[in-house]
Amino acid sequence: MSMNLDMISLNSEFSEGTGLRTEEMLLNVGPQHPSTHGVFRLVVKIDGETIKESLPVIGYLHRGTEKLAEGLNYTQIIPYTDRMDYLSAMTNNYVICHAVETMMGIQIPERADFLRVIVMEMNRIASHLVWWGTYLLDIGAMSPFLFAFRDREMILELFNELCGARLTYNYMRIGGVKWDAPPGWIEKVKEFVKHLKKEIENYHALVTGNEIFINRLQGIGKFDAKTAIDYSLSGVMLRSTGVKWDLRKDEPYSVYNRFEFDVPTATEGDCLARYQLRMAEIEQSLRILEQALGQFPEEGEIMGKVPKVIRPPQGETFVRIESPRGEIGCYIASNGKDKPWRMKFRRPSFNNLQILPKLLKGENISNMVAILGSIDIVLGEVDA
Amino acid sequence: MSEEKRKPTPEEKAKAAAEAREKLEAARKAKEEQAAQASAPEAVASSPEQNAVKAEAEPASADQLAQAKAEAAAKAKAAAAAAAAAKAKAAREAAEGGATDTKAAETEAGGADADAKAKAAAAAKAKAAAAAAAAAKAKAAREAAEAGATETEAGGADADAKAKAAAAAKAKAAAAAAAAAKAKAAREAADGGAAETEAGGDDADAKAKAAAAAKAKAAAAAAAAAKAKAAREAGEGGAAGAEAGGDDADAKAKAIAAAKAKAAAAAAAKAKAAGGDAADTEAAPKAPSKNQPHLDHIVKLITEKFGSEVIEASYINELAKEVPTLVIKNENWHDVAKFLKENDELSFDYLSNLHGVDYEDRMEVYYHFYSYKNRQNLAVKVKTDREQPTVASVMNIWSGANWNERETYDLLGIYFPGHSELRRIMLPEEWVGHPLRKDYVPFDEEV
Repeated sequence: MSMNLDMISLNSEFSEGTGLRTEEMLLNVGPQHPSTHGVFRLVVKIDGETIKESLPVIGYLHRGTEKLAEGLNYTQIIPYTDRMDYLSAMTNNYVICHAVETMMGIQIPERADFLRVIVMEMNRIASHLVWWGTYLLDIGAMSPFLFAFRDREMILELFNELCGARLTYNYMRIGGVKWDAPPGWIEKVKEFVKHLKKEIENYHALVTGNEIFINRLQGIGKFDAKTAIDYSLSGVMLRSTGVKWDLRKDEPYSVYNRFEFDVPTATEGDCLARYQLRMAEIEQSLRILEQALGQFPEEGEIMGKVPKVIRPPQGETFVRIESPRGEIGCYIASNGKDKPWRMKFRRPSFNNLQILPKLLKGENISNMVAILGSIDIVLGEVDA
Repeated sequence: MSEEKRKPTPEEKAKAAAEAREKLEAARKAKEEQAAQASAPEAVASSPEQNAVKAEAEPASADQLAQAKAEAAAKAKAAAAAAAAAKAKAAREAAEGGATDTKAAETEAGGADADAKAKAAAAAKAKAAAAAAAAAKAKAAREAAEAGATETEAGGADADAKAKAAAAAKAKAAAAAAAAAKAKAAREAADGGAAETEAGGDDADAKAKAAAAAKAKAAAAAAAAAKAKAAREAGEGGAAGAEAGGDDADAKAKAIAAAKAKAAAAAAAKAKAAGGDAADTEAAPKAPSKNQPHLDHIVKLITEKFGSEVIEASYINELAKEVPTLVIKNENWHDVAKFLKENDELSFDYLSNLHGVDYEDRMEVYYHFYSYKNRQNLAVKVKTDREQPTVASVMNIWSGANWNERETYDLLGIYFPGHSELRRIMLPEEWVGHPLRKDYVPFDEEV
């Protein structure tokens, strides 16, 4: 990929006071770099250790999901959504099903709705665990990664038992879910919730209170609420600035309005606040899971009444839901046929990443990875 | 397809049946064909066959065993296929053709000898089960029925030419019925049931079996009738079944019971349908959306500031959770956008989504806004010409529009004057064309 490097011009000057000659240089990070969590390239102009300017280059994982979708029927598109945010495929599954169901006015059986919420919250926890482990790996701690992946593995095992896949679940269908919970599965999830509640304490003991860790993250990558809203940020990125906004609470979908949970917010807007919020969100997800598992209907259908061929009425829809990374949306323009005329996914990672050059400007190069990591991007979703 | 029909060999049919699953689209064509066949050529063919069967009814012989078997098999298949295929809408003509044919033939089978019937009934059941599976798809069902006809011909080795012809004709009728079975199928199933009751002769065992079969079909018909449309048809079938009660009291009682069951099912389905209709009519005068006042307010504010001509349309989008939607005139978009964000009563400070749509005769850019202050959603659409698609950039109003506009430019080729660095974001700079355009052809360096 050729890139317009004219945008970054280098110059050299004598730094004030010392009389030492300094020179700007370009540093290329990625696209193959462990700290970019995928194929993300960042061209940074540095002067000494200070970042003067940065230019994100994306598109290395662009597969044309929206173009492909125009040639597929709605059920066939669902597996493609798995591959956008592959750390939280369940929410991606849900957003497309929810969009089509909204258009067609399809009623979802209660049991299916509960299964959806349970898997989405489990996936949120799994996603946050990956973030927790890899983020601490980014800033130099090895062992949290091992703990996080040990516990995430339990979720993946449960998903594997439910739908036969560990990452790309293709679990939901328009009108319900594909597989019912196997016998004993709900009990296993209950066991897992108990287990993780205990583990969370260990996580906090291991990392959260660590003074070095706090000093490392406090005050870097800071922005305020006005900036966050201006940059279309959502999810933890937005809540870390004090905006109490969670679509599960504020525009409830599925059966979220039946559960009690808090929307954790912070006001600092820095990397530490984002860390704390994600940890708090795991606890809130566990709370939702406990209630959902407790109220889980003993029996019932897992698929609603859905026409054999899914043809949403002519018109357009846009729905948005809360993914672990923020607000994921799905727009469908239908011409009444079984394939979408145009399908667009509003991807939280893509929108959240936009603010990166602004955050990096003037930062020390050593904070670059810490700030990038705190945004929590998934490149499959950035590039779609 | 039509060639296969003219020269049917077992291999071809088996192949066709297998292919049937893949060729979903061909089902529609098949339906039309069936309709044509049932109404035109078979009507002609049926009369000589019927005569032939009548003539045969007098000398009861071993031939009849084969014939009865053939008939029973054909019937069972027709009914089972009809019930299984009972979903889509149907070629009613084909169904009628099939029903008449089958009925006529069955009536004649009435006086057949007991042993033959008993065997026939047993065979019918077995085949019905097989056929039900085979008939899972309408087209497959038709092929299966045809294949069945061939089998029957082979089985009745000593049956004379007439018997063969009759069996073949019935099999065709069954096939027609199967193909027609989409939705209106309930009626056929019911007809089949009625006919079998008629078939109940003197022998008690045979009757009992026939009655049982009829019941099973009635049940199938009732299930199929669950859909509102089918319900009426089932009702008709039920009536026919009641009339069909034979002279034997037991058979009659059973037939009546079956008819009642059908009638009840039909009535229930009808009631449901009626209820649904009533609900629809009640819902017809819809209450205005809860977002209507918001939309009116937004429109009022914009009109006061810019005049009414900047709003090309305004409506509540029922399909998108009742979001108030505005279509803003292209020339005024930037001013209106600024107003949407900066006006205190509107303050749409959050741009959730921005993308373009190619409608072939025009392009549209779709924006979804949210106001955190007023907790209100708003969708805006701006139309633009397709040849030189241009929409003013809102990047200086919402910073979040930056990458979204670049993506829209990259994939759809819409220009956003005012954007600070409008260049490709997903695709390489040297890419030719804009892939999400409906007339996009991938550029091939070799050509």
